[in-house]
Amino acid sequence: MSILINKNTRVMTQGMTGKVGQFHTQNCIAYANGKNCFVAGVTPKKGGQNFEGVPIYNSVLEAKQQTGATVSVIYVPPPYAAAAIDEAVEADLDLVICITEGIPVHDMLRTRYKMAGKRTVLIGPNCPGLITPDEIKIGIMPGHIHRKGRIGVVSRSGTLTYEAVGQLTALGLGQSSCVGIGGDPINGLKHLDVMKLFNDDAETDAVIMVGEIGGSDEEECARWIKDNMKKPVVGFIAGITAPPGKRMGHAGAIISGGQGGADDKLAVMEECGIHITRNPAEMGRVMQKLLKG
Amino acid sequence: MKIHEYQGKEILRQFGVPTPRGLACFTVDEAVAAAQQLGGSVWVVKAQIHAGGRGKGGGVKVVRSPEEVKRTAQQILGMHLVTHQTGKDGQVVRRLLIEEGMQITQEFYLGMVVDRSSQRVVLLASSEGGMEIEEVAKHHPEKIHKLRIDPAAGLLATEAAQIAKKIGIPDAAITEAVMVLQGLYRTFVEKDAMLAEINPLVLTADNHVIALDAKFNFDSNALYRHPEIVAYRDLDEEDPAEIEASKFDLSYISLDGDIGCLVNGAGLAMATMDIIKLYGGSPANFLDVGGGATTEKVTEAFKLMLKNPNIKAILVNIFGGIMKCDVIAEGVVAAAREVSLSVPLVVRLEGTNVDLGKKILAESGLPIISGSDMADAAEKVVAAARSK
Repeated sequence: MSILINKNTRVMTQGMTGKVGQFHTQNCIAYANGKNCFVAGVTPKKGGQNFEGVPIYNSVLEAKQQTGATVSVIYVPPPYAAAAIDEAVEADLDLVICITEGIPVHDMLRTRYKMAGKRTVLIGPNCPGLITPDEIKIGIMPGHIHRKGRIGVVSRSGTLTYEAVGQLTALGLGQSSCVGIGGDPINGLKHLDVMKLFNDDAETDAVIMVGEIGGSDEEECARWIKDNMKKPVVGFIAGITAPPGKRMGHAGAIISGGQGGADDKLAVMEECGIHITRNPAEMGRVMQKLLKG
Repeated sequence: MKIHEYQGKEILRQFGVPTPRGLACFTVDEAVAAAQQLGGSVWVVKAQIHAGGRGKGGGVKVVRSPEEVKRTAQQILGMHLVTHQTGKDGQVVRRLLIEEGMQITQEFYLGMVVDRSSQRVVLLASSEGGMEIEEVAKHHPEKIHKLRIDPAAGLLATEAAQIAKKIGIPDAAITEAVMVLQGLYRTFVEKDAMLAEINPLVLTADNHVIALDAKFNFDSNALYRHPEIVAYRDLDEEDPAEIEASKFDLSYISLDGDIGCLVNGAGLAMATMDIIKLYGGSPANFLDVGGGATTEKVTEAFKLMLKNPNIKAILVNIFGGIMKCDVIAEGVVAAAREVSLSVPLVVRLEGTNVDLGKKILAESGLPIISGSDMADAAEKVVAAARSK
């Protein structure tokens, strides 16, 4: 098992015909069972064409009806990306993964509002996507650094997730699923939501949680872990050295109004029984030690 | 993106929010002329910089004669205004706002933010105007009233009136207060703001509600649909290095250490700064070259870091996913040659085509120090910076 996606997941790609969409679709198709998983593309007015043998449809609903795909990945440019999410939600898909970086915050506020009461789950935006190693990769992460195993990874960042995964793989610790939830302030799944899924997943033994400055999602997750989590969690927060008031690349990574600092987050996480490290090069080794117990 | 107070007030007026009459000035003569044009016998001379805390720093003065306007404008224009938000060197004042004086009976606080946890725009209001809201939150959290605004309905007049009453606006001024609150909300949504503050909002002796200050921060991801906000950009208020970086689509922030870092990805870039600190060094910058760095971008990134006179060593930390390590290595070599690198360079490469990348670095003949992982690279760059 794994969380959210596996080799039987059927995926459509919104924005497949753009340069970014083409490149990543090719890579996802080439990974593990990707050839069977990626069954449709959606680009308005290009219905009837195909890309690398994958049929293109005019709308999400049409793609769903024609291929049975229940998951969508979005590479649509920022001005149109929120509307692309809306369309996927309207079509009642199970899961939408929005890779697009730079969506206006007010667009996401409206989209999240419209999602209330709907069953569609959103990951991102501004995220690397997610992967269940040796089964399926949906997103922009390098597949080859992953290895099948029993550690879950959840993170707000892209390359820092790769760093955590790379360390695990180098130590012979494989991953059950790795989820990038994205660096934007208004997004879909939070650390807490993914943590709950890992807690319930029979094939995940432990979790690495990678956070960063800004907001209080990590603290909320930590408090839940304290009372509910049955599995050990290793935690790291990026941005101990970040000055207040400066946006560190990600729209969500900013310490403001005295909130969202890395030290405060780490203190809460430690209090809640998470095995924290302040050294980003040690995430894998802390996990290894923990498992050897 | 931040703008000046007088610009914020221009926007607010378009949405029906009353502000004092005022004129923006760049010179002392303009300031005196502005006071004459406004008329009356009391004016306020306000330094226009993007940082808050201007009053405490001596950047806001009430004056009572044209001579005093002149003297005060002379004093404030060109001064290095130091506030809790500017850093110790302060910010040079290049613009003034001259406003008519007001007879104020009460001061309030109004704020609006995008709240991440409720995923709503939240209105903050308090009877404690003119103070820093962080201080009020710390000592009198009960005096801050919050309202989550429903995006479909907007801010209802009844909700606005309730909040206005809670912070102590008298009945005679509630109608105006509702207009101000609704105007602020419409501004916030229609102009894609991330943060707005009116501090203070004031009640005048004749029961008018007026925005005495205006502070905005707009979503940089939405500026493509707001050329009118982009037109307000004041490059003098921004770090020259950060302006230069934005031209090449690099995300750069100056810090006060001596080790430059060049990293792909914001999270990894922050983590790289953290690990430098952990090994006893101090980062000179945050620099994310992004997912699609080219040789040109890497070269520009090096130039940018080397413009900093404090720099003693550079750490390149790349986890190649989409970005291939050999492409980055070629960029680093080309950049090091072009800028004739004068400080030690430590490079850590990992990910796609890493062996090819390392080979390119090794064969370049350049004195590049190789780091085997993040920890090794951090240790080496800190040592290199110390020995410099």
